[in-house]
Amino acid sequence: MAERMGFFTDTSICIGCKACEVACKEWNDVPDDGFVFRATSYDNTGSLGADTWRHVAFIERPSEESGDGLDGWLMSSDVCKHCTHAACLDVCPTGALFHTEFETVVVQADVCNGCGYCVPACPYGVIARRERDGRAFKCTMCYDRQLGGLEPACAKACPTDSIQFGPLDELRARADERVATLHEQGRTDARLYGASPDDGVGGDGAFFLLLDEPEVYGLPPDPVVTTRDLPQMWRWAAGAALSLTGVVALSFLGFSDRGRGR
Amino acid sequence: MRRGEEPMVPEAGFRSYYGQPIIKAPVWHEPHMPVYLYLGGLSGAAATMAAVAGLAGNDRLALTARATAAFGAVAGAGFLVAELGRPARFLNMMRVFKPTSPMSMGSWILAAHGATTGLAAASALAPVLPAWRIIAPLRVPVLGDAAVAASALTGPLMATYTAVLLADTAIPAWHEARKELPFLFAGSALASAGAAGMLATPGASAAPARAVAVLGAAVETAAGALMEHRLGLVGEPYRTGEAGRRMRIARALTVGGGLLATVAGRSRVLTALSGAALTAGALYTRFGLLAAGRASAADPKYTVVPQRLRLEAGQPASVPADS
Repeated sequence: MAERMGFFTDTSICIGCKACEVACKEWNDVPDDGFVFRATSYDNTGSLGADTWRHVAFIERPSEESGDGLDGWLMSSDVCKHCTHAACLDVCPTGALFHTEFETVVVQADVCNGCGYCVPACPYGVIARRERDGRAFKCTMCYDRQLGGLEPACAKACPTDSIQFGPLDELRARADERVATLHEQGRTDARLYGASPDDGVGGDGAFFLLLDEPEVYGLPPDPVVTTRDLPQMWRWAAGAALSLTGVVALSFLGFSDRGRGR
Repeated sequence: MRRGEEPMVPEAGFRSYYGQPIIKAPVWHEPHMPVYLYLGGLSGAAATMAAVAGLAGNDRLALTARATAAFGAVAGAGFLVAELGRPARFLNMMRVFKPTSPMSMGSWILAAHGATTGLAAASALAPVLPAWRIIAPLRVPVLGDAAVAASALTGPLMATYTAVLLADTAIPAWHEARKELPFLFAGSALASAGAAGMLATPGASAAPARAVAVLGAAVETAAGALMEHRLGLVGEPYRTGEAGRRMRIARALTVGGGLLATVAGRSRVLTALSGAALTAGALYTRFGLLAAGRASAADPKYTVVPQRLRLEAGQPASVPADS
């Protein structure tokens, strides 16, 4: 297996240009996701979905002194996290979702039967079903480009290197240095999100440097892979299944028809 | 966008991205998915009832239950296939056997259960066929009895795996209900199968079906009440809005139908009323569960607040190293 590859999205240098969104759509032939004026700052894509594989979030921070007017901006390009323990992959009943040799998570479009189970399983709300097509789609970390030795389209297009692509170990080391630098500069709100292999999904293949709490960016503060609790779920289901049999058996006690009315 | 200053009431101050959902709502459609859940439960509990009725010598009820089990499995499979984004690829479910996917396990359970209940029903109905004299030497009834015995194993799984299907998602109202949901499904399945048995079996032979219906309604009601009580904030979708309305209707129908079943006896009118109420109650439960899942996903509060509390308590989520 090749080295684990990943994205490090440093939101402290994102300028909100959306070149990543455009490059992704162009390269991957991702269809139109609707032209909607959302009235939420400069965000006109809203969230990740079957037709949106990079989403740039715009957070307007009101001035703390006066309560109105803008004090600053947060901008962040969101993407599939390519979890170590990926719930979408775990629950996929056809094996359409798989781990590539780069340890990224990819849907095989020729296998997916559109059951939709991956959609509510994802703790980040990334993967979705394209209803007019019937199948599920999400970021592939440009699997085809990686096979050809190229970096993903979004990282290639990013003019500030807010989106960095490379071996995950290198990216994590670089991210730690970046956080230290920002803290030295007084940006004590800088923190990494999804970088730790000890979190509820075993670490993200695509992690972030954020300047506020994750939920402000539309990210879950403490995600967990749902299948972690699967053994417990089956135990309770087994208990219920046995109870069902017991209830049926109990119901027939005293009602034996043998030798009566035949 | 402000954070609450008092951690005692975190829901007052949770933060979000313009109030948008964090997780995606289930894409499953109405009526397909809830009706499949109902039919699967009906079929599973009916198969179990067919086996026990056979052992108890209640052949008339056993026949009804065999037919119900086969109908539920076949019709349920139809709704399941129709729910897929690519129905023609249904058989892709059979290309892997994947214990981490409740839907994969469910597909295999449904396949086995459909086969056993189909065979059981076919063998029971075969003697009415004109060609019976030709196939009689094939010992179809023996095959049928073996199929009934096997479906007594697949039936309870069929009725309860769907609880794991819902719980194994990031939807807080489903995932956090993972202990009660199997019992809610088991109870609802019993009530459904009991109702079908009552409706399609003559009075005297239907007595055990009435008992199944009453006990099932009791289990469903108790599990639902316990679930809503234990879940607190995360269980709010079961009490409010469209989902809350459906769950309340479901409970009224289930309790009413269950109580009626205790006094229905051989009265055809009371039996019909009770059976219809229990059936409608079981259906409303499934439609309510889907609506609650959608509501739970739509409001970021249900995702953010419990996770934030976990972090503030110094107990962040983690996965075992071996998983």
